[in-house]
Amino acid sequence: MSEALLEVKNLQKYFSTPCGMLHAVDNVSFTIEKGKTLGVVGESGCGKTTCGRTILRLTEPTGGQVLFEGKDVSKFKGRELAHLRRDMQIIFQDPFSSLDPRMSISQIIAEPIKYNKLLHSKADIDARVLELMDTVGLSRRMVNSYPHELDGGRRQRVGIARALALNPKFIVCDEPVSALDVSIQAQILNLLDELQDDLGLTYMFITHDLAVVNHFADDIAVMYLGQLVEKAPAEELFENPLHPYTKALLSAIPVPDTHAKNKRIVLKGEITSPINPGNECRFAKRCLYADECCHSSSPELVEVKPGHFVACHHCGIANE
Amino acid sequence: MENKNNVLNIENLSVEFHVDGEIAKSVTDVNIHLAEGTTLGLVGETGAGKTTTALAALNLIQCPPGVIKADKVEVCGNDMLTLKQHELEHVRGKDISMIFQDPMTSLNPVFDVGTQIQESILLHEKLSKEEAWEKAMEMLELVGIPRERGHEYPHQFSGGMKQRVVIAIALACTPKILIADEPTTALDVTIQAQVLEMMKDLRDKYGTAMIMITHDLGIVAESCDYVAVMYAGRIIEYGTLDEIFNNTRHPYTEGLFNSLPNINNRVGKLKPIPGMMPDPRAIPEGCAFADRCPYATENCTKKVPETLKVNDDHTVACSRYNEPDFMIERSKAK
Repeated sequence: MSEALLEVKNLQKYFSTPCGMLHAVDNVSFTIEKGKTLGVVGESGCGKTTCGRTILRLTEPTGGQVLFEGKDVSKFKGRELAHLRRDMQIIFQDPFSSLDPRMSISQIIAEPIKYNKLLHSKADIDARVLELMDTVGLSRRMVNSYPHELDGGRRQRVGIARALALNPKFIVCDEPVSALDVSIQAQILNLLDELQDDLGLTYMFITHDLAVVNHFADDIAVMYLGQLVEKAPAEELFENPLHPYTKALLSAIPVPDTHAKNKRIVLKGEITSPINPGNECRFAKRCLYADECCHSSSPELVEVKPGHFVACHHCGIANE
Repeated sequence: MENKNNVLNIENLSVEFHVDGEIAKSVTDVNIHLAEGTTLGLVGETGAGKTTTALAALNLIQCPPGVIKADKVEVCGNDMLTLKQHELEHVRGKDISMIFQDPMTSLNPVFDVGTQIQESILLHEKLSKEEAWEKAMEMLELVGIPRERGHEYPHQFSGGMKQRVVIAIALACTPKILIADEPTTALDVTIQAQVLEMMKDLRDKYGTAMIMITHDLGIVAESCDYVAVMYAGRIIEYGTLDEIFNNTRHPYTEGLFNSLPNINNRVGKLKPIPGMMPDPRAIPEGCAFADRCPYATENCTKKVPETLKVNDDHTVACSRYNEPDFMIERSKAK
């Protein structure tokens, strides 16, 4: 068993809104081992991005702990925090709005290096920028281009180069390919995969596309309305999903094969509001198996098999 | 494929945009025939000309800068290119409707959703306001939204529900053709499943012909009868669903399949198509796909490939198709 790089314990992030407390992330716990990828899946608004941002302290957590290499990130301040950011980086979802339109590609990639004073002479910085551009497969002639001159795939490569500039250990990939076309999407996924092998990176891969994480992740965590409802090794999750939501999610993926006739579970009903949720299973309103018990108490995340965690009162029934 | 039952006939459609002295060829020589009750999937990358083709069918392309050339663009017997503005308004919404990609921006934020559905009914049918409202509420229920919510405004609905409202508007006058431009791209998978399921039901109920524009081959496999694959403004492969998926002939179509992460198969790396689509302002001579194509020969860059017949249900535009020994990898495996 290799060491855990990142350990998240009971992470909470609440936002206060005029209508009450919005529970964006509620008691989420998981660990990611060094060199592995955790895929975080869920529909929009389920708190996956907030979870990623809270881990990096781009938003302050309401409660809980984030341990990075054994140190509690949530207590870091000032210089310590700046140092931490060298090790933890993020690739944003939208390559169109995450790059400053008034900076050239070289300036964008060099910015974190300059800010952290990793290199001092201009020549060193320029050399490093070109090296990074090679790493992510950007042709050198674009070094002085501006973001608007590039297409989505190349922009995302710039975002990746920027994240790699500080030699991080851990990268949060927040839907890095969802804004891209399939053919370009595959290029970026392969690139991330190669970088992981070459540089020994650890990823937290946030996405709503299960097919993408299946290809990519070692472990998959499924989130629903701020809570972790299931977590298992990727293969196990796909072969033996236990939570009714995971099952519905898996069955909802359109398969590009005319022979595949899977039975689709179409969810009925609307999503429970994440504002001041009561003490009930948050999926109960859309669940096929929900009964009184589900409406009166919130299920705990329990380990049903080694490495396979589920939060459901009825995961036994749902599987019959 | 010319047929009396066709509700849509597009022949040799080309659309160009003249901007700043440059000509962008968005769509070139596209032929589409759509029979009643069938669904055509229009597949391709961003910028392949899918949406432009659809907009041309509705004559919704702004001219200038757009220039439409076509032998025929016929919707239920109406020649869309020669009709006057007020006649066009009669056809749009009644015979042919379109669902746009982004449900968030295609509804008017200052009217309640009931009024927006009612508007389309009032325009096309001789009904009183009360009758039209009643029908609007029926449409709302049909798409699975309780009629009590008819007086609510778009911001009070979730993305999936907004998309259903848009579908209700598009279907309010039971059009013969429905063009759905990436109707579920902005939605989550579970909601996407709901919307697709609903569209399927409606098609069965009213016999609406549909054009489904998407880049998701999974959606195509599930909901379409025919598939047209577009690349750089041309249809490069066209055929029945079964033919395109199980008897693939064009290298680009193969590339699309290879770059999809397959849910049933974790092993192996993805095989992306190298490079990117050419700029529509500078489409290379010969086959536009040649410089990304693993099978390309020198010949490919010289002449635009003709559309060749594979069988009655399948055409392909690849210069190498006629070579006796030529076979793309995907078909070899089958």
